[in-house]
Amino acid sequence: MGDLFEPLRPLSPGRRTALGIAGFCLFFALWGAATWGGWVKPLFLASPARTLETGIELFVTYNFTVDIGVTIWRVVGGFALAAILAVPLGILMGAFKPIEAMLEPLVSFARYLPASAFIPLLILWAGVGEAQKLSVIFIGSVFQLILMVAVIVGSTRLDLVEAAYTLGASRRGIVFRVLLPSSAPHIAEALRLVLGWAWTYVIVAELIGASSGIGHMIMDAQRLLDTGQMIFGIFVIGVIGLISDFIFKAANGRLFPWYAMK
Amino acid sequence: MSKLRISGVSRTFPPAGGGKAVRALEPVTLDVADNDFITILGPSGCGKSTLLRIVAGLSQPTTGQVLLDGEIVTRPGPDRGMVFQSYTLFPWLTIKENICFGLREKGVPAAIQNERAAFFIERVGLRGFEGHYPKMLSGGMQQRTALARALANDPKILLLDEPFGALDNQTRALMQELLLGIWEQDRKTVLFVTHDIDESIFLANRVLVMSARPGRIKSDIAVNLPHPRDYKIKTSTDFARYKAQLTEEIREESIKAMIAMQA
Repeated sequence: MGDLFEPLRPLSPGRRTALGIAGFCLFFALWGAATWGGWVKPLFLASPARTLETGIELFVTYNFTVDIGVTIWRVVGGFALAAILAVPLGILMGAFKPIEAMLEPLVSFARYLPASAFIPLLILWAGVGEAQKLSVIFIGSVFQLILMVAVIVGSTRLDLVEAAYTLGASRRGIVFRVLLPSSAPHIAEALRLVLGWAWTYVIVAELIGASSGIGHMIMDAQRLLDTGQMIFGIFVIGVIGLISDFIFKAANGRLFPWYAMK
Repeated sequence: MSKLRISGVSRTFPPAGGGKAVRALEPVTLDVADNDFITILGPSGCGKSTLLRIVAGLSQPTTGQVLLDGEIVTRPGPDRGMVFQSYTLFPWLTIKENICFGLREKGVPAAIQNERAAFFIERVGLRGFEGHYPKMLSGGMQQRTALARALANDPKILLLDEPFGALDNQTRALMQELLLGIWEQDRKTVLFVTHDIDESIFLANRVLVMSARPGRIKSDIAVNLPHPRDYKIKTSTDFARYKAQLTEEIREESIKAMIAMQA
């Protein structure tokens, strides 16, 4: 037991999983104690059982699957649009310093503009339809992603670039055969991170002027003071996030076997 | 005519942070004969790597020029193959793909690429590792691949910047023999930078000793040891004589370098 707390000492995979599950159990135990023990009124916080019950109810009577589908489509759509623009632009900025010099200050500024503050303006421009939802996610992700990709490409190992030059690589060869393959796994990692942030933007977008989606359901539940539904909605987001993270990690391991190697 | 002519090449680094401009390399003039094996021996920071980088075209000389087969070097190119001290294999490519990198860039047909890769993989003793990624290989194996990668391009001259510097002593000795064996068979023109005296004698026909910074060529010593050489020559009396001479030369410069560092 004492050995387990030796600094930086690795854990066996079995223990790691067991402790991860224990963390969740602890969380549910505290939650259960707070609600069933009567410390918190049910009006403010539903018990785990009540939350699960309302969750089932959401699926059976309120067609919650449709809301989940709509939200996923918004996240993926807005995120994909952001990635399509940000990845090539970031690569150009990282590889070519004049482009970086021109765009970096602008993008750095835009990065600090909160996506949620754009919502009223976007409603004015794009109405309350899907275009507005996608725009919020797009604005929230695109600038972050551009900068992250630019930094990744710009920090390519210089000795690899020099080695490629001595092997006769052209400028084009440097970009396509050194900068891109060396950055690819890091870019995939950045995409994974930013997708997580996109999930927070979608809910914000759905809290205002939406008629479907997980965020809309949470707003509706608030009107009825149904804390069970609200908590369940938040949970579903967490679970989806966990799944998408897992898919991303597995795909990266497959696509870049050399990168995962120790 | 000499293969490589370095004439009046110097390098001064521009002043940094309010300091003075630093001269890394005094004007160096040097002629390298075709198929010669030259080692450049010098203390750390003497500018020997700077000189090699200028020949490679990775750095620009402040004055002077480098001519390879009569043509001025302005930028790096596949006619000057280079092996670096750091491990510079492309981690996303397999051993074979690394060796084919230059050939593919040239547009050589795949069949010929495969043939040449197989030849050089055999040559550096890496058969069976073609499909491995660099991370799976030891440092010595990675540097052998880097050597094969440079040779596969069939460069006019091979530039080696302390390529075995990061390897342990035993591996280093084996790598020296491997390199010398390849040279004895293929007769390439080689410029090899090192701070290891034994290595400089064992490999070279000619050892150039560089002074402490700012670097200049202090002495030019012909090594008249017979070829083919093997590891046993390192314990011969002739070898010991060269070693004694070079130890004196380099010691003086190392002391100077150390004092300059403390000042």
